[in-house]
Amino acid sequence: MRHNFRFAGTGGQGLITAAIILAEAAIEDNKEAVQSQSYGPEARGGSSKADCIISDDKIWFNRVVCPDVLLAMSQEAANKYTADCDENTVVITDSLFVKDLPGKHKERYDLPITHTAVNECGKTLFANIVALGAIVALTHCVSDESIVNAVLGRVPKGTEEANKKALKAGMDLVRNYKK
Amino acid sequence: MSIKLLQGNQAVVEGAIAAGVKFYGGYPITPSTEIAEQLAARLPQVGGKFMQTEDELAGIGAVIGASMGGKKAMTATSGPGFSLKQELLGLACTAEIPIVVVDVQRVGPATGQPTSPAQGEVMMTRWGTHGDHWVIVVSPVSVPECFWLTIRAVNLAEKYRVPVIILMDEVVGHMREKIELPDDYSTIETVDRKRPDCAPEDYLAYGTKGDDLVPPMADFGSGYRWHVTGLIHDETGFPKGTPDATLQSLNRLHDKIYKNLDDIVTFENYKTDDADYVIVSFGGAARTAYDTVDMARKEGLKVGLFRAITLWPFPEKQVQELASRVQGILVHELNYGQYVLEVERVVAGKCPVWLYGKYDNSSAAPKQLLDELKKHLGR
Repeated sequence: MRHNFRFAGTGGQGLITAAIILAEAAIEDNKEAVQSQSYGPEARGGSSKADCIISDDKIWFNRVVCPDVLLAMSQEAANKYTADCDENTVVITDSLFVKDLPGKHKERYDLPITHTAVNECGKTLFANIVALGAIVALTHCVSDESIVNAVLGRVPKGTEEANKKALKAGMDLVRNYKK
Repeated sequence: MSIKLLQGNQAVVEGAIAAGVKFYGGYPITPSTEIAEQLAARLPQVGGKFMQTEDELAGIGAVIGASMGGKKAMTATSGPGFSLKQELLGLACTAEIPIVVVDVQRVGPATGQPTSPAQGEVMMTRWGTHGDHWVIVVSPVSVPECFWLTIRAVNLAEKYRVPVIILMDEVVGHMREKIELPDDYSTIETVDRKRPDCAPEDYLAYGTKGDDLVPPMADFGSGYRWHVTGLIHDETGFPKGTPDATLQSLNRLHDKIYKNLDDIVTFENYKTDDADYVIVSFGGAARTAYDTVDMARKEGLKVGLFRAITLWPFPEKQVQELASRVQGILVHELNYGQYVLEVERVVAGKCPVWLYGKYDNSSAAPKQLLDELKKHLGR
């Protein structure tokens, strides 16, 4: 089983960190994982993309060609990366930023990711962890225990509880989602 | 063993620490910056020193000085900085100072594209500094190999008193992958340069004995005095420009490497045993090629991969052997066509040699490489 994930949005949203955390959780589950990213010269505000591939087998080519799951956290990312998707790609958008999703997608989740981060945890910067929760709940690509450990292994001291809350809130967004 | 998710650049840092590197001098540049950043944290933990210099040239100068002082030393950079380092790389060749230089390639020429992958410095690592000279160049394909190959690079530099270049690319430098790191680095085999066992007054800085073409090297400040120069010199280390001295000097610099190819040249054969066609590749580009080989075999095409791990000296014997039994070789590299020239030279018409050079700032997807191969096979 192989999962190809693409996290796309704006620099500063923590998408590269989210992809790293997902890869670390996969490794804790004894799976293979590679993570890569592309970004422009500007660290914040520019477009940002991170890929994460999880597999039971050895992974050589490390970039995602056609994502199984695309997370689009900006309108620009939605425009740009839906071009790499096919009809089987599951697309998750942050409904705050993405108003118009090009292409036809069998499964599509418009989730209030950033809204939830603010409402549940008080800050937009938890949006990446909310998104991770949604992805894990949707795909079960890593165990719940491993994703919690991986998140706690990466986040600053003192923010553990808020991050756990963000993760759970993201999972609930998918579990309670009405298509 | 502890299992971690590390970047290629981070694995180079851990490899350097494991190999006993105690000094880093350099100037940070994308996509190699993490090496400087993390060695700045790691070196003081093992009693080493980190120095951020005013530019790349000063960085390699400090590294040469540290090595002369008896410490294992390295620097890291990308294309623009590697250009600046060429002058002193030549000094390290002729003065036989063991150093390791990491070049994490990005798109060039000039400032090019800092965050995009390319392999445009293949020929530069071989011929970048002026004059006849010989270096060792290795190229890792994965994060674990970044670790082990950095240790090997330091060991080769010490053993042969030669600059060793770790030629990486943005693909491998920036990607994260699973790696099993040894818990105790002291169990890893490391090599220290030979030091003189004679009295200081009897020391000849470039004197060799018998078949061993690598002279013992004294640490500066240890009581052994020697003269270091970029001029052609004799065994005393002092300049001597006679035809004989020049021949002796250059022949030894060549022979100390090329008479030990079996020790130096490493490579990997992936499914080449029964292959009709072979892809030759290295570094980040080879990651595509493994998948292409597997895709081709699913379609009934017997394709293999020959991956050069030591790029220079070129794995001549191995490529000649392949050429004698396959129907075609496709070279895949992320440039306009550099390594292919050496493959063509060595194959010398024994079989067709094709090139898939990709230079549009992204690596090739496995299917793209397969389509290129099939084009040459008329399929």
